[in-house]
Order: sequence, then structure tokens, then C-alpha cells
Amino acid sequence: MQLQPDDNGHFGIYGGRYIAETLMPILIEVDKAYKEACEDSSFNAEFQHYLKDYVGRPSSLYLADRLTEAWGGAKVYLKREDLNHTGAHKINNTIGQVLLARRMGKKKLMAETGAGQHGVATATVAALFGMECDVYMGEEDIVRQAPNVKRMELLGTKVVPVSSGTKTLKDAMSEALRAWVAEAETTFYVIGSVAGPHPYPVMVRDFQAVIGIETREQIMDVEGVLPQMIIACVGGGSNAAGIFYPFIEDKKVLLVGVEAAGYGIETGQHAASIVAGDVGILHGSKTYVLQNDDGQIQNAHSISAGLDYPGVGPQHAQWADEGRVEYCAVTDDEALASFHELTRLEGIIPALESSHAIAEAKKRAAGMDSDSVIVVNLSGRGDKDVDAILDFES
Amino acid sequence: MGVLHIVGFGVFFVVGSLFIMNRIDKKFKELKDAGRKGFVGYLTVGDPDIAVSEQNIRTAIEGGVDILELGVPFSDPTADGPTIQAASQRALAAGMSVSGVLDMVRRIRADYDVPIVLFGYANPLFRYGYEKVCADALAAGADGMLIVNLPHEESGALTPHLDKQGMYFISLVAPTTSKERARTILAGAKGFVYYIMVTGVTGARVEVAVDIVGHVSDLRDCTDLPIAVGFGVSNGAQARKAAESADAVVVGSALIKAAQAGTLDTLVAEIRTALDS
Ligand SMILES: Cc1ncc(COP(=O)(O)O)c(C=O)c1O
Repeated sequence: MQLQPDDNGHFGIYGGRYIAETLMPILIEVDKAYKEACEDSSFNAEFQHYLKDYVGRPSSLYLADRLTEAWGGAKVYLKREDLNHTGAHKINNTIGQVLLARRMGKKKLMAETGAGQHGVATATVAALFGMECDVYMGEEDIVRQAPNVKRMELLGTKVVPVSSGTKTLKDAMSEALRAWVAEAETTFYVIGSVAGPHPYPVMVRDFQAVIGIETREQIMDVEGVLPQMIIACVGGGSNAAGIFYPFIEDKKVLLVGVEAAGYGIETGQHAASIVAGDVGILHGSKTYVLQNDDGQIQNAHSISAGLDYPGVGPQHAQWADEGRVEYCAVTDDEALASFHELTRLEGIIPALESSHAIAEAKKRAAGMDSDSVIVVNLSGRGDKDVDAILDFES
Repeated sequence: MGVLHIVGFGVFFVVGSLFIMNRIDKKFKELKDAGRKGFVGYLTVGDPDIAVSEQNIRTAIEGGVDILELGVPFSDPTADGPTIQAASQRALAAGMSVSGVLDMVRRIRADYDVPIVLFGYANPLFRYGYEKVCADALAAGADGMLIVNLPHEESGALTPHLDKQGMYFISLVAPTTSKERARTILAGAKGFVYYIMVTGVTGARVEVAVDIVGHVSDLRDCTDLPIAVGFGVSNGAQARKAAESADAVVVGSALIKAAQAGTLDTLVAEIRTALDS
């Protein structure tokens, strides 16, 4: 199994740097700076310091008793990324990238965002280090994730509305790439998932791997064995890569990635790039993408803004082909039902993204015996979704 | 084919009576012999619909465009500014596709000898199949391809198929490209070099970038190929300034805007005159 990409960022046939020449030297520079940072113990020490004292890590691994009882099968543990500062796993990555940006002498940050969680996490580190920040966000997402727009603005970030295409995450990322070309000398582009051109898929995976590293220690402490199954939702795939990666060589641990099936795969209105897409090239890397027969990218649909993206990180594409990770998809309705179930049974309001992982866990737990253990990555909290859900259900 | 072709000097010897020379090389040789600057014109194929697009392409050729860049529309043109984004959207809405672009090339080729470079993004061509698209593009009458998001490191998947058809992969160099990197990129380059004058996306600009002369002369140290400069040129005066050190000037967004305003023939004539004066 290939854990690291080749020098040009290829995971097998996937990944790479499919990007305009203007950005190539910049990406090569980011790659070099990242490799140097990895060799420098003071970089890691700084990263760990902020994760512990600022983000509040380690996040707890919580045995969800009432959920376990209700589902009547495997013991279900939740990896509580919702308890992180800013309410999702996204901050792990933005801490890592802002430290790198500072090492590189960049003065300004920019990011794309869908659910607004990555935007908030980037705006937060920009405030923390006194840096200017622009966040590109689709106009539709600005409406459905309004609370996060306000948070970013309070943090001093400029939210740049994107009105092209579907006005969601895909277009926000396209627009961010366009803007970056013009200001790459001074600005560090903080990509929010394990997607985009090399080195982002590797770098973001490494920064998020803290989730899996902690999970491993925590489950060994309480259960003394590795879990049978780990489940995470997959948008671009960063929370999933973060929790999967430290277990990738433990073949006995079944890793399950949950994409958004939207209105149902058969309707064509979904965001399941691996389950229902084809190999293609989008936003700097070769991976599974939703596209038509002429290679035009198709619009994704998911009730959850953070999963509403027609591509996926290239290492996931490789894991899918190798059969190391099992990918499946959960509909809007199933995710909504799980949103309510977790809220009522455990007093935890999950993000709509994470609710997809919960829904899949429910399907799997019932068929497993009571000694077996499932860990679900609860990637974020659902405060940002409350208004949209109330609207949707009224 | 009995051709001995010394690219660097633009000199070619014909051995025997049959030869094939890429139309791009032939055009640059003609321009050089005549002491003229080249006019490379970009239009998105299918914008705003097939018939009008074909008429615009013919207008550009009749007005004196030396090399045509025909844009293959893509849903997510991440290196393009608002003008070409909108043109791509209009073309896709009108049903344009890769095979539709090839049909257009075929119709244009039936009437003109102008070199044609397909200009676009990797995914539509990848989806069509690199091998098949190269064979079909040659058959239709294309001479080369310029794929914006296929940098040197990723171009190896496409270039063997282009080589097999005698078509050229047009290399891009940007202001951010170091001289060392430019040497690597241009080592096996063919046709001409496209120097991107600005660190930004495509689109007409008020001012042409300042230090083109310096960049172009650096590039001359790395290659003997003709150098075309583009991104931002929108009128005759800018074209003339940009052409001072370069061999050709690329104009795209401004042609699209002019076509929309019904003034394409006027703008093409203005640029042609400026380049020739
Ligand atoms: C809480 C939460 N989970 C998951 C995601 C999806 O991203 P990824 O697949 O990169 O983890 C997002 C994206 O915004 C998110 O906010």
C-alpha cells in the first residue's frame, strides 16, 4: 500500500498538480516549506501547543450509551471533534497551515468554505495571529450557513460572495484559485480539505491525523483492542482521512467513508463522487468527480453544505480502488433523522455532515454483536445548521 | 516524411516532393520572413451559439488573425476571468461539446489554412480520451493544444499522443516561472511559447504589464521558439506595446467582448493595423 505520494503528488493515478503554470512555482514552494517544517521539531512543538492549549485537544472519545442501547448492537463511541474550539475538526488543519504560512513569511490568508466551518476556522487563526483574511463562499451557502458568515465577519475576515455556477463550495474553490493567482506572493491559500493540488492532500491529512492518533490511544485505554469499524463522513474527505490514516495498516479495522446521497443516488441529485462518479480532473487533482459524458463537472446536491462538492481527495480515490476503505452514501432524509436521534438520545446536536456518519453507523451497528466496537467521527457540532433545519422542516 | 526540420532557425529543407510541416511553424516562418508580428486570436467555440460562433471565427480569420486559439468550453475554468467564464457558460448552455469543437475545426479547416490551437482544460479531453482526441483533432485539422491546467509535470500523459499525430503541445511560462524552470519546461517545447504577462486570470486589462521586455529576453535564453505574449491585451495600442519584444500577441477576452458588442471586425482590424505599423 502506498502511504505517501510520489514527488509530484501522485497517489497511484490520482492526485498531482493540475493547475496553471502561474501557480506551479508557488505550489512547489509550499511543498518545500512543508517538508522542511516536518523536519523541524520546533514546528511540531508549536503545532502541538496550539492544539492542546488553544483548540482544547485531545477531544474526548465518548461511549454513547443510549445510542448503543437504542441500536441494539455494537458499542458506539463518538470521537468528539464537535468539542474543539470553533466546533469542528477544521481547526486542526488551519492551525497547521497558519503556522506554515507564518514560516513562509506570508502576510495574508485566504480560504474557500462550504459549511462555513473551515471559513470560521481560518478566520479564527487569522485573528489569532493578526493576519488579514479573505474567505470565498458561494451565495447559496451564505444563506444556508448564515451564523457562520456572521462569525467570520466578527473575527475580522472579509467574506467574498461567489455568484458563479451553483453558488456553492465548488464555485467558491474555483474563485479562490482565481484570486490566489493574483496574490500568491503575499497570500497563503488555506485549503480546507484533503483536496486540491499537491501538497494540500498530504498536508491536510497529516494535520488532521491527530484525530486518528488520539482515537487509537483512547480506545486502547478503555477497550484494550482496536475497534472493528471506524465511520466518517466524506465531503472533500479531511475528517475521514484524519481518523482513517493512523489505522490504514491495521487491516482488521474496517474503515467506512460516508458520502452524501442527497435525494438518492438514483435521482442524480447527490454528492457521492466515489460511489457514483468517474475519474476526472478538478481543482488541481485527478480523482473521482461528478461529471457528464463530455467531462463537464456536474452540480452536486446535499442538504449539508460541507458535503455538497462534486469531487473528493485523491488519496480516498486510491483507498477506494484498493478496497482499503469502503465507501457508501446516505440520503438527506436519513441524515436528518440521525441528526434528531443523536440530539434527543445523547444531548449532542451534530453537524449535518457528521449526521451522515451517524446514519451509516446505525445501519451497521444493529447487525454487530455487543462486544464489538464502532467509532464514529463526530466531525462537528450542529449549531450552524439549526436555522436551516427548522426552515426545512416547517 | 522526408523532412529535415531545424526548428531553432526556422529553416527547413525539403527532401523529395512530399512534406508535412506543422502549420504553426510555417506561419511563424512566414511572419519572420515578412518581418511581421503575429496576431493570435482566442474565441470560445459555441459562444453564444454554434452559428454565431462560426461567423465570429470567420470574421477573425478574414480580419487577419494569424493563429486561432479555439476555446473548448469547460464548466470550471479556474484560470479564466469573468469574460471567458461567461463565454464558456453560454457555449455549454448552447450545447457545445468536445466533438462539437472538432466539428467546428473541420468546417473552418475546409476554407482556411490558418493554424488552429485547441485551448482548454484537461477534463473534457481526458474524458474523451487523450489518444482519441489527438487523432480526431488532427483529422479535423487542428495543429496543437494548449491545456491551461496541464503543467509540464502532468503533460506527459498527453504529449506522446500529440507527437504521434504531429501536433504540438503549446507550453506556458508565467512571471512566477524561474529561468531554471523555464529551461526545463522548454527543453522539448514545440510551436511557440505562450508567455503569460500577468500573475492573474485571463481578462482585458487597462494597463499592459510593465516588464515584458525583460521577461521575454530572459526567455530567449531558454528557447529558440517564437514567443507569444498574452493575458490582458485589449486594444491596438496595448498589442503594439506587448509585441515590441515578442513575436506574437494573444488577444482573447477583448475579442469575446467585441463579438458581443458587434464590433469584432473593427477590433480585429485595429489590432492587425497596430501590429503591422
Ligand atoms: C462538521 C463538518 N464535517 C465534515 C465536513 C466535510 O469536510 P471533510 O470531508 O473534508 O471532512 C465539513 C465541511 O465543511 C464540516 O464542517
